[in-house]
Amino acid sequence: MDLLIRGGQVIDPATNFEGMADILISESKIKSISQKIPPPKNATILDAGGLYVFPGLVDLHCHLRDPGDPEEETIASGTRSAALGGFTSIACMANTDPVIDSPALVKYVKSKSQIEGAINVFPIGAVTKGLKGEELTEMGRMIGEGAVGFSDDGKPVVSAEVFRRALEYARQFDVPVISHAEDLELSAGGSMNESFKSTILGLKGIPHQAEEIMVMRDIMLARAFGKVHITHVSTARSVDLVRKAKAEGVAITCDTCPHYFTLTEEEVEGYNTYAKVNPPLRGEKDLEAIIAGLKDGTIDAISTDHAPHRAEEKNIEFGYAASGMVGFETALALVLTELVEPGSLTLKKAVEKMTLNPARILNVKKGVIKAGWDADVIIVDPKAEWTVDINRFASRSKNSPYHGWKLKGRVLYAIVGGKIVVKDGQLAV
Amino acid sequence: MNKVKGLSSKDLLGLREMPVEDLNLILDTAAGMKEIISRPIPKVPALLGKSICLLFYENSTRTRTSFETAAKMLSANTTNITVAASSAQKGETLIDTVKNLEIMGHQAFVIRHNMSGAPHLAAKNLAASVVNAGDGFDEHPSQGLLDIFTMKEKKGNLKGRKIVIVGDIAHSRVARSNIWGLTKLGARISVVGPATLIPKEIEKMGVKVAYDIEEEIKDADFINVLRIQKERMGKGLIPSLEEYHLLFGLNSRRLTKCKKDVVVMHPGPMNRGVEISSDVADGPYNVILDQVQNGVAIRMAILFLLLSGKSSARENE
Repeated sequence: MDLLIRGGQVIDPATNFEGMADILISESKIKSISQKIPPPKNATILDAGGLYVFPGLVDLHCHLRDPGDPEEETIASGTRSAALGGFTSIACMANTDPVIDSPALVKYVKSKSQIEGAINVFPIGAVTKGLKGEELTEMGRMIGEGAVGFSDDGKPVVSAEVFRRALEYARQFDVPVISHAEDLELSAGGSMNESFKSTILGLKGIPHQAEEIMVMRDIMLARAFGKVHITHVSTARSVDLVRKAKAEGVAITCDTCPHYFTLTEEEVEGYNTYAKVNPPLRGEKDLEAIIAGLKDGTIDAISTDHAPHRAEEKNIEFGYAASGMVGFETALALVLTELVEPGSLTLKKAVEKMTLNPARILNVKKGVIKAGWDADVIIVDPKAEWTVDINRFASRSKNSPYHGWKLKGRVLYAIVGGKIVVKDGQLAV
Repeated sequence: MNKVKGLSSKDLLGLREMPVEDLNLILDTAAGMKEIISRPIPKVPALLGKSICLLFYENSTRTRTSFETAAKMLSANTTNITVAASSAQKGETLIDTVKNLEIMGHQAFVIRHNMSGAPHLAAKNLAASVVNAGDGFDEHPSQGLLDIFTMKEKKGNLKGRKIVIVGDIAHSRVARSNIWGLTKLGARISVVGPATLIPKEIEKMGVKVAYDIEEEIKDADFINVLRIQKERMGKGLIPSLEEYHLLFGLNSRRLTKCKKDVVVMHPGPMNRGVEISSDVADGPYNVILDQVQNGVAIRMAILFLLLSGKSSARENE
């Protein structure tokens, strides 16, 4: 079946294209892209006049909770939530229950996502068995089953020696090692950013240094042993460290999440557990530095760190509450409303950080609108205003701090491998 | 009939958000309550028929007894519930617990909890009043109020008075409630303690941070000595109780350099020989037992204002 997307404003960072074009999709691939394409017989025509057409978004960091807790999320619900947010490819972290630390478990995630998933799922395998930080996993065999990268996310690899070996070992496969940068001793017992705010709320703080010391260590190791990707960067100093490392030619990349450029620790006021996340929401200066880092290219990508949690893990005492927030269905609109609209990031740069760059970091052939590539494309109405309503999320979890926010930009269509999965802003699968 | 003047909020969660009018209303009401305590039969029917639940997730003898005594002097019924923190996390949620107790007829909850913000969570989910009896490192407002009441009793207006709070400021809800309340009344506050126990950016609360106790107490009107928790030692925050005593302990030698009318306070329970020497704890400057007595008066005032205001508002509808 052929699909013709007509008259949309196409943005494709890979080919540096920005302009009106038609896109013809045949079967699962993009057949052609040019100014005017005459519609083939029997083709479905999508009129994208006044709308944007982007490569399908790529998320290099999310949690699908499968295997583990189907009450929080499943591959079926998580991929549908992602599709509504414009994601056509997502990389899910290994800290499930059990941990994705063997070829069989990678195969489980991969095949289950082929059966019940609505979009492409790329499993991230654990760096160490059981996330214990001791023994390396069978990276080679796991890659054979579909793993695209490795991370002990949720935890750091505490031992510098083990992390060094992980970087070296991963290098032979050219797959990324993703670091959750946290010094566990400095952060122990903490539940929010350490600052005046934690002082007056009487909550044990997590100092900036818990992240920065690990970022610094990772840079040192990356310089000598193999590339590192640092995920969910949250502090000004972390951005600075990565900036300097890049200038010195260290093989390092990083991402941040929408909550680090839209929210600060002020959100914790009133013991709001929906604002509890790890790393914690930081101060105003950090938020500004994150935006500056996105602007100058220090921060390569925007990930969601979509972290579903049950209501009963959030409607409890702040100190006991789980960390994390769902993010698929708000990420793009937050980027458009909070970064592109005020002029902090051009639309093309923003799209690049949510498509091409994460795809390159993961080393997957995604995030490009070009003849012969997979037909993963989204159509976005940049002007559509909407109010975030957690009760309408497709995700099984509702733990978002953005409930009630007015945002601009709505995904109308998501096409994955030539198949329409979101139609008129609603799930079609 | 005139409406009984009540507090601006259904709950008493902390002094941070409390308007100064409410603070003064509680202090004024407590003065009347203190008179009741001094009567031969210290009991009035003000809260007859009301039920108050004392819900404690953390050990406490003084605060719980003080609230219970206060409630009984006002003729309220009390229910005592103690929950071990370890089972609280695994068992029934806080919200479920308080909702069940509310439907049984409790109009007020006095909550002590090891987690900051727990009383706030309960308050959000209840029509009943919640009194924070100490939450984590956040606040202990009734202690703050009884400290202020005692200070005013000794020296009148606190505007411009200097109060030195000594000890583990980082983990002290008493310190925070003192600071919020006293700054509202125009007092000058210094906090003194080992740098590992001074929380980040506390200066922004409007206090001075100092490390030399002798220098700092010279011109103090009040010295509020906090209990030093022995478990802080194991966490590497202080090297030993002996060194703590040497650097920050209040003894009579140090007091000789102070103003002649300096007042020494301690929220209890005391570690004699650690943060305070016995000669000071039992000496002429201390008002520690006045604090305990005033605590009952303050808690009577709090319960009275929260609970009687409620019914009178209903009667006037």
